[in-house]
Amino acid sequence: MMKVLEVQSVSKSYSNHIALNDVSLSVEEGQIFGLLGPNGAGKTSLIRVINQITMPDEGQVFFNGQKLNHGHIGQIGYLPEERGLYKKMKVGEQALYLAQLKGLSEKEARKALHTWFEKFDITPWWDKKVEELSKGMAQKIQFITTVLHQPKLLIFDEPFSGFDPINANIIKDEILKLKENGTSIIFSTHRMESVEELCDHIALIDKSKKILDGPISEIKEKYKQQIYTVDFSSTELEFLNSLPEHLKLIHKNSHKAEIQIVNDSSATELIRFLLDKCDIKGFEEKIPTVNEIFIRTVQGN
Amino acid sequence: MNKIILIIKREYLSRVRKKSFIVMTILGPILMAALMMTPILMDNSDTEERSIWICDESGLFVSQFEKSEAVKTTFFSEPILKVKALFQQSEAFALVHIPNSSESTISELESIINVFAHKPISLANRRLISRNIESVIESIKLKNEGLTRDIIEKTRADINLNTIILGESGSEKLGSTEIAMGLSMAGGFLIYMFIFLYGTMVMRGVMEEKTSRIVEIIISSVKPFQLMMGKIIGVALVGFTQFALWILLTFVLSTLATTLLVSPAEINPADLANGTELLLQDVEIPQNGIASILAQLESMNLTLLLATFLFYFVGGYLMYGALFAAVGAAVDSETDTQQFMMPITIPLIFSIIALQTILENPDSSLAFWCSIIPFTSPIVMMGRLPFDPPLWEIGLSMVLLIIGFIFTSWIAGRIYRVGILMYGQKVTYKTLWKWIKQS
Repeated sequence: MMKVLEVQSVSKSYSNHIALNDVSLSVEEGQIFGLLGPNGAGKTSLIRVINQITMPDEGQVFFNGQKLNHGHIGQIGYLPEERGLYKKMKVGEQALYLAQLKGLSEKEARKALHTWFEKFDITPWWDKKVEELSKGMAQKIQFITTVLHQPKLLIFDEPFSGFDPINANIIKDEILKLKENGTSIIFSTHRMESVEELCDHIALIDKSKKILDGPISEIKEKYKQQIYTVDFSSTELEFLNSLPEHLKLIHKNSHKAEIQIVNDSSATELIRFLLDKCDIKGFEEKIPTVNEIFIRTVQGN
Repeated sequence: MNKIILIIKREYLSRVRKKSFIVMTILGPILMAALMMTPILMDNSDTEERSIWICDESGLFVSQFEKSEAVKTTFFSEPILKVKALFQQSEAFALVHIPNSSESTISELESIINVFAHKPISLANRRLISRNIESVIESIKLKNEGLTRDIIEKTRADINLNTIILGESGSEKLGSTEIAMGLSMAGGFLIYMFIFLYGTMVMRGVMEEKTSRIVEIIISSVKPFQLMMGKIIGVALVGFTQFALWILLTFVLSTLATTLLVSPAEINPADLANGTELLLQDVEIPQNGIASILAQLESMNLTLLLATFLFYFVGGYLMYGALFAAVGAAVDSETDTQQFMMPITIPLIFSIIALQTILENPDSSLAFWCSIIPFTSPIVMMGRLPFDPPLWEIGLSMVLLIIGFIFTSWIAGRIYRVGILMYGQKVTYKTLWKWIKQS
């Protein structure tokens, strides 16, 4: 896989604090890369470095194998978390302006905009002023202006905020389509369920350092804790209160229990042990959610 | 480069199309035309006859009161109490009471004359009354000293100085103090107004981008400096458009108004001169009128004056515009701008005050320094130009203005770059300094 973006040991500090401390990561073609971290961890600083809004103090950024420069601006699309539009300007005019700033010619921009406006069924908005639009409507326009110039790399910071579930789904589908067409996407959000749904790869930044990085499946594998969810057919589960030493009861309700294997014995042994006591309807390894991984790593840091 | 043109275009078009721009552009000249027309119209409307009663107990004034077309005077010699009672019921405008006095004690009158009226009396009418009384008292005093008014009139001199400047090659040209002073004063004032009006517009524009949060989207496409300069230039073009329209419309309107409201026969050159006088800020128009004005204009190197005016106009605006942009970037709301506006407004106000003293004394060291230092030079040098300051001083001042512009836009660019992305932070001068130092 080709690396679209490579961040190498980037550090950035402001007068009173360090925003990024030796952060490296790379984004491959057609990948959705989840950039996670608590508030104030340095995500926005990193995104601003990638967008050349600020320059790193140390380290380098490569785009398509070249050192990042202003020529790359047209190949990056950025939807910041704090976003807005000129309130007094007409929607169409404004979208044209933003597209032209990204390097499209007026003709190209107009054509592409009409396609998108038709796709989202918002052609009548063209001559409206932005202040007449609702927040969700304005967010849609912003999404369009971000992706319009068909960038190789898209950076979305909380792209779903302000959208109702229906519109959020429309946007999600568009993001997946973009991915299929080979666009790489950096996706920064606090909504872990959308990370689960969309991301191939995640990196976690906390206190200006990267503390976790890898394909989501590998990370989940690594963070498994040998916990198994067992669905019993009976409700007489008293035996669970006196488990042998290598087993630990995490959680129990009327007919379900979560059991953790504390030593390195196998799941088969656990099943064998349980079958002696009671009938089993279901047995499943509990895979940690991104949410749990997030909380555990950040709290452990 | 292409992008900065896009930004300029947007800044320009979005402002020129605004309703407020159109309204201001049309209202401005109407106000100006009104200002020019007022003296003419006022003079015409104020012809209504006023009747003034004078209760002259001394009997000294009856024979000597000047007759005037606008005022009808009626004299009474009865005691004041009786006259006052009559006045109560009359339509007369005012009643002047001159107490009993004799020629030898005339000086005492000066502070004891009263005027009774139904309504407060305007300054002009009071002046009219007091001028009349003063002239009578003066005549009486002159008589006491053995002189007559005629002798005084005969001895009066009225000099109209024609300054002739000797060129190095021996050429002579008519000096141009009054007109030149008027023009340069107007020029300096125009620069001052332009910087304030459109500098504030730049500041508001930056704040709008910041508070509407569009700025981060834009600076992911263009450099912050490009955005800032694009805005400053775009707003400048808005200003040029508005000024040009103002001048054009003022000209059209005042011509129209003059022809419509005043029939040609009635036009009194003195009134027109009065109107112009207001614009030229109390410049005295020489008695020999238009011909002399034209001669004076010819004697000045108008092209040079205009070229330097344009240079200082643009240079001053660009230098201050960058600072206004920086202020806009540093704050979150208009109320926070106050503390940072101070260092911008003080040199501007200082230069407009200095301009007036400099016109009195164009070669003073205050004039020299103020016309060299870039923060005051755009306005002050305008005031010195008609007095032919040495060329090297103009050159130095221009070079320094360019350096000043580069300096302020560098500083402003650094504040701007950091400031536009800072929200909800309390910004002090210390924070600004940190932003400037930040790499």
